[in-house]
Amino acid sequence: MKKNTKSFFQGGLGQLTIPLIAIALLVLFNLIRDPGFFEIGITHNNDGNIVLAGNLISIINGASELAILAMGMTLVTAACGGQDISVGAAAAIAGSTFVKILKSAPEINGGIVVLAFLCACIVAMLFGAFNGTLVAVFKIQPMIATLILYTCGRSIAYWINGGATPTISSPIISALGSFIPGIPVPTPVLIVVCVTILFKLLFHFTSLEIFTQSVGINQSAARLNGINATFIKLLSFIILGVCVAIAGSIGVSRLGLINHETLLIDVEMDTILAVAIGGNSLGGGKFKISGSIIGAYVIQMLTTTLYAMKVSSTDVKAYKAIVIVLLVVIGSPVIKAKFGKLMEKVRGRMQESAAKGA
Amino acid sequence: MQDNTLLQMRHIEKRFPGVLALNGVDFTLRKGEIHALMGENGAGKSTLIKVLTGVYQMDGGQITLDGKSITIHSPQDAQSQGISTVYQEITLCPNLTVAENMFIGREDGAWVRHKLYEKRADEILAKLGIPARSSQQLGDCSLAVQQMVAIARAVDQKCKVLILDEPTSSLDDKEVKMLFDLMRNLKSQGVGIIFVTHFLEQVYEVSDRITVLRNGELVGEYLTEQLPQVELVAKMIGKELDELSSLKEAPEGEEEEKEVFYEAKNLSSSDAMPFNFSIRKGEVNGFTGLLGSGRSECVRAIFGADKVTGGSTFIKGKQISVTRPIDAMKSGIGYLAEDRKRDGIIAELSVRENIILALQVMNGFFKPISRSESEAFADEYIKVLNIKTASKETPVGSLSGGNQQKVILARWLLTHPDYLILDEPTRGIDVGTKLEIQKLVLKLAEDGVSVTFISSEVEEMLRTCSRLIVMRDRHVVGELKGQDLNQEQVMKTIAGGEAQG
Repeated sequence: MKKNTKSFFQGGLGQLTIPLIAIALLVLFNLIRDPGFFEIGITHNNDGNIVLAGNLISIINGASELAILAMGMTLVTAACGGQDISVGAAAAIAGSTFVKILKSAPEINGGIVVLAFLCACIVAMLFGAFNGTLVAVFKIQPMIATLILYTCGRSIAYWINGGATPTISSPIISALGSFIPGIPVPTPVLIVVCVTILFKLLFHFTSLEIFTQSVGINQSAARLNGINATFIKLLSFIILGVCVAIAGSIGVSRLGLINHETLLIDVEMDTILAVAIGGNSLGGGKFKISGSIIGAYVIQMLTTTLYAMKVSSTDVKAYKAIVIVLLVVIGSPVIKAKFGKLMEKVRGRMQESAAKGA
Repeated sequence: MQDNTLLQMRHIEKRFPGVLALNGVDFTLRKGEIHALMGENGAGKSTLIKVLTGVYQMDGGQITLDGKSITIHSPQDAQSQGISTVYQEITLCPNLTVAENMFIGREDGAWVRHKLYEKRADEILAKLGIPARSSQQLGDCSLAVQQMVAIARAVDQKCKVLILDEPTSSLDDKEVKMLFDLMRNLKSQGVGIIFVTHFLEQVYEVSDRITVLRNGELVGEYLTEQLPQVELVAKMIGKELDELSSLKEAPEGEEEEKEVFYEAKNLSSSDAMPFNFSIRKGEVNGFTGLLGSGRSECVRAIFGADKVTGGSTFIKGKQISVTRPIDAMKSGIGYLAEDRKRDGIIAELSVRENIILALQVMNGFFKPISRSESEAFADEYIKVLNIKTASKETPVGSLSGGNQQKVILARWLLTHPDYLILDEPTRGIDVGTKLEIQKLVLKLAEDGVSVTFISSEVEEMLRTCSRLIVMRDRHVVGELKGQDLNQEQVMKTIAGGEAQG
């Protein structure tokens, strides 16, 4: 019965309405507060490249890792009805691996960077498979299963580089973390675009989307239709592993060093939030990747706005929480159902008046 | 007459986007009356009941209870005003005990301590003759007992109006009898009972009055004894009166010549005892037996739905190995599961996605069906099976039961199976759709598809099957065909050699 109301509602109003309204409100708020807030400037950076600059660019750039992780997290959430809380720790492992390979090469060139990234990918996918096995095979609740890696991940990252926080200075790495000469858009933003396209291609050329949703909504029925639910869940964790490796490598490239303690710290909660703000059910089932991406930008814009308002970094979290509570409550089934009923009434009235007119 | 009126619903209107589900429906329930609410799927029975129980808010009309005009805001509200419901699908918590299920969420149950309410629950269960212990986990009880616990829960909450929505669809004859006794008992205490069912015989056995709905409108209210069964069916479906009887007189004898399509030797699973089974090309056969006799478990073993533990299976004489559903599907076997909600539909996915699901799985992970192709498939089957849905993108969960079932049928038909297993395909759906499904089964057989059909209604199986495998206590106890294929013989075989009155 509840589902009925929900689906009627969603027929009239999309899943993306609330995150889009949130973005619009944040933009509006900033424009009123400071009309020049979103101005995009063109400047020369330290390397002498012509680049875009401004608050809008830094918001979009800053949300890159979050957006990439949120995409992977959406799949895990949809398939398993739970979340991976180890993405930050796993990203530290992936980042450390990335740096380890780069450091062991006599000279950093394109090939080595690709190799290092592939190694980071493999490591992150292995850890993803570990989480996935616990969840899919041993049927442990995702949050408990990933708590293991959440707890020990940063220690593993510490061991990889022998406890050091090595720096890497290479034009290739700084190009990955900031700008490629000649291209005014930050590289992480371009990577987000690439990852988004990869997901679109994945959904286009495989049945991942319908299989994942089927498993998430009704595993028993999915199984009786021949879907291998264990495989789908495992796969979602492995795909999230790839996202983790990409996010970790971007994080490392931005700073030119690996700090296993601070790299993407606390990102897991923001990632889950991005998925939720994007209108995806944290209980699994139907999902929209685009919602999670928008969710990531909402979070980043909120953070940037608060900093721009000179809110101290200790207070930011509290303010963020207030806004997020509002968003989540507005997006909750209860409010949605209420709103849906309201819409139904309005529609009924409109039909009535139309009938009278005719 | 009027003073006897308990509940009156006047000009009830309910609108959903694009659909007028109830159009000025009247319904009157008197004290101490069992009133059957009849109609096809989509006729508005469920909607009317959901309005009455506060699940939906009506858009127009008036409800009076005991002469007082009332508004019902929520199911809890309905309950506190004395309107209790037992739904078609069991809505209790299988992981709680029977006693907890009977008292949970009730004002009078909130502070009762465990031992106390277990005792009280046991008393009620004993009084109603329900074979369950209060401390038992509900999930461990059979579906039938779970249903009866749901009724016991409702009965115990001093209700004036008791709504039973398809209460008998998962009960066997003995349990149905028990329920009817209980209903008559309640009736004599002045409770008004609204009885929604698809079993015509049961309506005639127990009800006093019948209200018929069709397409969201009231057809009429009748005294049961004054309305012959044929006329009732005619009023419900509005047409095709003669087809019920003339559906099939089994074409007998010729089946033997056709080759055996599927054969199982000593097949057993985690839930099924070893059994032998075979089906010929274009044959319709069926498993029959009481609830829990193991009929579903057998077909689940054939499809690989439960863990197969032994035996061998053959398709056209060639041995195949079926350990998972996908193996069976690749061998051309389709399986419509007994529990539509749990094992059939993917509720939040669209009709289109639900239709293509099995074919998509068979095509494989790397060969997704394109959007345009899937839309064409959906359009085709919505038309062929006459599925009533607002659009092909409507979530299947919002369709009526019969239409959900058609969607799952479409899903399997789309895979073009050689052998289709239908486990209770007509359970809880209306006469019209039932007839459509039966016709479809015979049509498939004509086209050379083998079909195994399971139904709780023996009469329905006699009409469609040319061979019946009878089961009792998880063993095959007989096989009937030809002249033995009649109600009496089936009953005898089910009952076995025991002396029967």
